[in-house]
Amino acid sequence: MQIYLPIAEISADALLLLGIGGIVGILSGMFGVGGGFLITPLLFIAGIPPAVAVATSANQIVASSFSAVLAHIRRRTVDFRMGSVLLIGGLVGSALGVMLFNLLLSLGQVDLLVKLCYVVFLGTVGALMFIESVRALRRSRRPGARPVRKRHTWIQSLPLKIKFRVSGLYISVIPPLLVGVSVGVLAAIMGVGGGFIMVPAMIYLLGMPTKVVIGTSLFQIIFVTAFTTMLHAVTNQTVDIVLALILIVGGVVGAQIGARLGARLGAEQLRILLALLVLAVCAQLALSLLLRPAELYSIASGFGA
Amino acid sequence: MIRALALLLGLAAAPLAAEEIVLGLSQDEVAITATFDGDDILVFGAVKRSAPDPGGLDVVIAVSGPLLPATVREAERRFGIWINTASAAIDAAPSYYAVATSAPLAEILSETEDLRQSITLPRVIRSVGTGVDSPADFTDALIRIRAGEGLYSLTEGAVDFEQDTLFRTGFALPANLIEGNYTIRIFLLRGGSVVDRYDTVLAVQKVGLERWLYNLSQELPAAYGVLSLALAIAAGWLASAAFARTRR
Repeated sequence: MQIYLPIAEISADALLLLGIGGIVGILSGMFGVGGGFLITPLLFIAGIPPAVAVATSANQIVASSFSAVLAHIRRRTVDFRMGSVLLIGGLVGSALGVMLFNLLLSLGQVDLLVKLCYVVFLGTVGALMFIESVRALRRSRRPGARPVRKRHTWIQSLPLKIKFRVSGLYISVIPPLLVGVSVGVLAAIMGVGGGFIMVPAMIYLLGMPTKVVIGTSLFQIIFVTAFTTMLHAVTNQTVDIVLALILIVGGVVGAQIGARLGARLGAEQLRILLALLVLAVCAQLALSLLLRPAELYSIASGFGA
Repeated sequence: MIRALALLLGLAAAPLAAEEIVLGLSQDEVAITATFDGDDILVFGAVKRSAPDPGGLDVVIAVSGPLLPATVREAERRFGIWINTASAAIDAAPSYYAVATSAPLAEILSETEDLRQSITLPRVIRSVGTGVDSPADFTDALIRIRAGEGLYSLTEGAVDFEQDTLFRTGFALPANLIEGNYTIRIFLLRGGSVVDRYDTVLAVQKVGLERWLYNLSQELPAAYGVLSLALAIAAGWLASAAFARTRR
């Protein structure tokens, strides 16, 4: 079934788009990630112009994160104070990111930047996650050996300390602000929520307890992606509401299926699977940068031309 | 149909040159709806004569989308990866361009007449001061890419031309059309030059919700952004509420 997307100005297969939303929904339900890092490249493959894909993904993530954060608020696993500090950084980062995005759009280097970001971040995070989960899997087979987590790092010695009661932390606001800024930049450039960067950063860098990490990250992501959506809508007019709605419908259904599938698999196996998936997407994008493209020329018209 | 007929009658009354085109279109408007999946346009007509037919007549029909600027970029290998380096600014290129003829174009159209009437694509695309050494490479690339997307085409022999009088052909408009006025030009050719030419316009526009959303996004981008966010939040809340209920 073909549907004409009014902003992208192309006709696409609605079932294919529903499927993309669904697959990403399944993954986000299984792994607790937003799935933005998958939806944007998949939309590229479906023929959606990159500028529209990035802006519309941001809008779709608002819906999926809002749906997920409600569940976390009911369970009281959201640190609103930490979330707000991350958010302030995130909004600054998001504005910087959209400025950078528009600059590169006019220079014709957006594709390169987006792909490079994906390769670097997916590669790093995927590799770290893979190593970490393989280690954890081995540890769980030898009971008794517990991980030693560094408690006192250089982060403890920074000024402007604040109490984060829900997280049980008393640390400087500078590291969360910086984490927020970098995630905001990524959200704008890559059309992702940045959960896959923020969750590890919160656990390993800020030392937050795992149970509040996902809820807090989602809380912050809602606002950053909402802000990014607005910026893209106002400066580039590239948010396609029809495309976003189809992705949201697919994603909502997929997330519920994913959550049920995820409950049957162990946490460590899940993380290894996710790591492999992240690495696969990364490898695919890296290849597209390294191999000679079939067509050396490309046309930019309409969006940012 | 009625309109086409009226056109026929109206033209018949006018004083004529030796050979003149009378034209009909299957429709004079293309509406892009939510389920738009391309459209077929039928162009048909006749040659009206005030003198006996000297023979050797051919028909060329060109459909052109709005002329828009475009940027063509070339990728090169730098530091081991493929990045866009050179870029050429094309002043005006049609978003869609299809030419149908009754015989091979090279045999019926002379180079000078093509230059005068801008019939073939290289003559239609305007690029002055592209800022690159070899602008032809970039124009060729533009034509090649758009032809690959089904936006540019040349189909020789696609015009049915019966007894040097009645002609008809069909154009398949692709799904990725953009809005605007599409010009349809019909040329009568003899011995490489144009005997008569007829121009008409086909309006392509989004209708209904598609049109409303597009206009909103352009004219009130902030309101459009708020609307997309409101929809996203509503959808997220609905999903959460619906599934919280199924779990109980």
